[in-house]
Amino acid sequence: MTAIPARLSLSRDDRPIFIAALFVVAILIAGTAYTLERFGSAPLLSPNYLLQQLQIGAFLGIVAAGMMVVILISQIDLSIPWTLTAAAMMATTVGGPWAIPIGLAVGLAVGVVNGLGVAYLRVPSMIFTLGVNAVMRGLMVAHTGGYAPQTTATGLMRSLASGHTFGIPNALFVWLAVSLIVVIILQRMALGRYIYAIGNKEAAAYLAGVNTRGVTVICFALCGLTAGLAGVLLAGYSQKAYQGMGDAYLLPSIAAVVIGGTNILGGRGRYLGTLVGVILIVLLNSVLSIMEMPEAGRQVIYGGVIILMLLVYGRGERITS
Amino acid sequence: MTAAAGADFLVLSGISKRYGGVRALDNVDFRCARGQIHAVLGENGAGKSTLIKIIAGVVPPDAGELRLDGTLRAFSNPAAAAVAGIVCIFQELSLMPDLSVADNISILTPPRRFGMIDNRAQRRRAEALLAEVGCEDVNPLLRVRDLPLSRRQMVEIAKALGQKPQLLILDEATSALTRADVEKVYALLARLKMENVAILYITHRMHEVEALADRASVFRNGRHIETFDKGARSTAEIVQLMIGRDIATQYPPKPARPRPAPALKIENLGWDNRLAGISLDVGAGEVVGLGGLDGQGQRTLLLALFGVLRGVSGRVTVNGRAVRPGSPAQAKMREIGIALVPEDRKTEGLMLPMSVTDNLAIASLPSLSTGPFVDGGKEKRAVDAAISRLRIRVAANSDAVSTLSGGNQQKVVIAKWLMTEPRIILLNDPTRGIDVGTKQELYRLVRELADQGAAVLFYSTDYDELIGCCDRVAIMYDGRILRELAGDDLNETNIIASALNIEPGAGAADAGKAADA
Amino acid sequence: MPNNLAIRLRQNIPFVTALALFCVIYSLYHLAHPKGFSSAVLVQNGNEVFTLAMVAMAQTVPVLMGGLDLSVGALMTMVDCFASYLLSGAAEGTPLSLDLAGLHLTLGTLPGGMAGIGLGMIICLAIGTLAGLVNGAVVVYGRIQPIIATLATGAIYIGIALFLRPQPGGKIDDDLNWAMTNSLGDFASTAHIFDDGAAPWFTPFAWIPVPFVLLAVIALVVWVPFRRSVTGRAVYAIGSAEGAAYMSGLNINRAKIVAFTLGGFFAACGGLFLAIETSSGNADIPQAGAYTLNSIASVVIGGTSLLGGTGGAVGSIFGALILRVISFFFRIFDIAPLLQPLFEGIILLAAVSIGALRVLRVKNTLELFR
Repeated sequence: MTAIPARLSLSRDDRPIFIAALFVVAILIAGTAYTLERFGSAPLLSPNYLLQQLQIGAFLGIVAAGMMVVILISQIDLSIPWTLTAAAMMATTVGGPWAIPIGLAVGLAVGVVNGLGVAYLRVPSMIFTLGVNAVMRGLMVAHTGGYAPQTTATGLMRSLASGHTFGIPNALFVWLAVSLIVVIILQRMALGRYIYAIGNKEAAAYLAGVNTRGVTVICFALCGLTAGLAGVLLAGYSQKAYQGMGDAYLLPSIAAVVIGGTNILGGRGRYLGTLVGVILIVLLNSVLSIMEMPEAGRQVIYGGVIILMLLVYGRGERITS
Repeated sequence: MTAAAGADFLVLSGISKRYGGVRALDNVDFRCARGQIHAVLGENGAGKSTLIKIIAGVVPPDAGELRLDGTLRAFSNPAAAAVAGIVCIFQELSLMPDLSVADNISILTPPRRFGMIDNRAQRRRAEALLAEVGCEDVNPLLRVRDLPLSRRQMVEIAKALGQKPQLLILDEATSALTRADVEKVYALLARLKMENVAILYITHRMHEVEALADRASVFRNGRHIETFDKGARSTAEIVQLMIGRDIATQYPPKPARPRPAPALKIENLGWDNRLAGISLDVGAGEVVGLGGLDGQGQRTLLLALFGVLRGVSGRVTVNGRAVRPGSPAQAKMREIGIALVPEDRKTEGLMLPMSVTDNLAIASLPSLSTGPFVDGGKEKRAVDAAISRLRIRVAANSDAVSTLSGGNQQKVVIAKWLMTEPRIILLNDPTRGIDVGTKQELYRLVRELADQGAAVLFYSTDYDELIGCCDRVAIMYDGRILRELAGDDLNETNIIASALNIEPGAGAADAGKAADA
Repeated sequence: MPNNLAIRLRQNIPFVTALALFCVIYSLYHLAHPKGFSSAVLVQNGNEVFTLAMVAMAQTVPVLMGGLDLSVGALMTMVDCFASYLLSGAAEGTPLSLDLAGLHLTLGTLPGGMAGIGLGMIICLAIGTLAGLVNGAVVVYGRIQPIIATLATGAIYIGIALFLRPQPGGKIDDDLNWAMTNSLGDFASTAHIFDDGAAPWFTPFAWIPVPFVLLAVIALVVWVPFRRSVTGRAVYAIGSAEGAAYMSGLNINRAKIVAFTLGGFFAACGGLFLAIETSSGNADIPQAGAYTLNSIASVVIGGTSLLGGTGGAVGSIFGALILRVISFFFRIFDIAPLLQPLFEGIILLAAVSIGALRVLRVKNTLELFR
């Protein structure tokens, strides 16, 4: 019998990821126990089921990836809901081969506007993106007449969102691609270093000659782009775009990022954590719906889990001189 | 003189404090008596600020006892110490910028009416206290944010007075004050002395010690070296106690060279109302110093050269080319090649939670990358080279830079810039808060950099440093360059005289009595 | 002294601007309204404005400390749902019971009539205040950043609201509804005071809408004393410079907990009124979210800085008023209803970007980084 290491020492960034992963396992176990008792089966452990959950999680995952980048530079993007919706609506309206590029362009454009407002006008991102969200909503209401657009998603959109390749949902491949890009940026590119530096101490990054404004614009552009991509995919999944389709993604994406160990104040966090955070939220949701938990209970458990996990992670520093 | 006047109010025995691996205070015994001004002297890193933080209740000691009037005390926070009569005026002010002067002065226990703060009584209280420190012109309704730094410091002093201290501690409290305000503070301290208040006065300025102190204590490397009465030791002896070795051996020799052509030429530079008519040359291979009292525009000048300030007038040329960097990102580019080692390494020079590698590489990433991707191998080699060149003591390159000692942290800041191979190096008080050993290394490094062709502009608050390291020193006063000292003229008397804007030859002894310009 | 007045004005420019802006657009609104300056319009405005104004006040307190409360909308909704049970005013009293996970707990009976209503209101306010206390405790003792702590507690509160009212429903005493959502005269006649509103000294005031009176009373009786208390000032101090506040000896933890608790109280007032006004309890999640986000906008428009240290709840009231009046405008001008959200959004964005003009004047870039 080999000796077990006396202490599993994890770096400060890895601890939350490890704990979150444990929670995921705990949720799976709890859910399976429930289904075994109630139905005598363990659907939670079936690959088909898990893949399907991951497919749904891909939409949240893509949004959370962009949100993480913005949170890392100590900002936040509250314009996700209507950027996502606008991208979906524009993509379905335009249709044809231009559908997806237009959807992405909408997301990118909104992101750039956000970035310019925060970086150059120095308006707090919380309130600027809030305003942009309202403007996007206004634009979409004016454009669609207040109803869901009648046009449907293109075939490509549908197949990306709902189709399967080699038995794996295409949406997962898209999520994987986005994840790879984010990881490469954060770990391998100078841009990633600048992002963490700005999130840690913008003044020091600025004085080190980092183009803090340019990096800020890029981060918001990325976030807008991922929101647009999620909108396009979501429209493909639901076959059409509809009012308010993005509202359900804002708070969970922030929660996923924070549960994954990223500091809400910025400067610290690993993408793997966000990934685990998304999986946790999606899994929690699905276990709760298998338990036929009413919405009321879901909300309470959702909030309680977030607080519990943050308590376990360890807390912020007290500010003394 | 009653018996109470000379009696010890504060007695420390065996106080020790460690921060990580650094021993900030080592078994310190210390006494402070009522009705006396007791100066605390020592270099940066000698333990002075840890000492007063312990006395004022900001941090608890690891070991030792603190007694007030014979009673054993232990303070858990500054408020508890204040209740016991210990009031401290720190360098980082305890004022809230968005609150009014009156609010700040009575922040903890304001006059009340029906349970609510009585604004009128509070304002009268503020006016009375401000009058006591001689600042009747400050309107108590003004926000602290809207006051200049020297006025804020006076408000801080008024606030401390309002807490009826039995022991008043001033930590470099006059560093940002105008000449006139300094006089007011001296008068106030004399009055407090007569009221039997014990006063601890931390300062770097020898002439203040001579003028004010009844007693002085010297600290070095966390130890209490000696306490002596007024006049018992000469300045040279005091400095010897502070440094612990002969001054002359500290600085690397300066090469006798003819003055080179300027690499950095500043002509008539001005900014806002803080800088005016600055003209200065720095040649490749030269170390030019910036001296003078705090707050005369030295830091502002460095920021202006580095592209941080907007609306800078005048002309700056680098190697003959006129430049106007709009940001540090532009200033550090190869064509211009300026580097700035900033004033506060913790908030401006380093990202403390990030690794040593990240902090070292941040300014030179473009040259360590192929395209947008960082070349890990190239980065590691460059980082290792920088660490060994500056002899930075670090356990692992991936450690957070916050785990390093102050001296090593400063080395990281400097090394970060050396990796960009700058042409012009601006140093903003680089040895502040650094231990003596590291200072020596930095002095050697500065001379080495100059010998390798860089033009160095060196701002320091330490006159000794300026004399020891620099080929020439430009003394600034009120945003202008008053004099340039070089060769034999470069001595402490001339520096102090110029710094205080009086004619050299009037003597340092008169310096304390010169009127405000 | 005129000098001091000038100083005070200069220090309060954001608030004064909001106040002036409100006066201008509200006057324009009444001028353009076919039935402008009438009691009926004022009453309608008051009803539509009150809840947002209270939620904006609730948001102000944490923002003053440099934090944020994402649970204000949910808290308000939760109290709204509680109120829909407790304010029925049935003469025989209201039995209270709890059905949780198969357990049936009888909590007693709320007395009937006015006493029951009064008690019910107190209970509602207490619940909201308690929720605010929970927010404060999670932030202070859990040492979790306010934005994420309140994101989580907000989910819990909306969950409780949903539990109480999975479907909209409930009953509010009709007299209570009438008295609270009309003018003072109607209030007096329903409550049978001041000669049923006919007393001669009273009649000049009978036209004033009750919601506006309530706003003024709450601001004067709760907010102003708080702001001028030591703890209230500590809230500002923490937002301005938390480190300096600690060094000055202020009790940071207590101030933070009190701040969130007060926010809970204000949000509870808003929820209570909403229930009375709509005569029902509705656990509307999108509406809760909208209230939260609009409260942030109201706070900013009203002159409070998101960085903390400056501003006040009265400014936020005017911020909320401005937001609501803008939407009233669309009703009377013939702006296509489809364009209303767009205009609202553009105006909001413009309003919050105005502060950016100050940034353009900054000469030392380092000052931009706080």
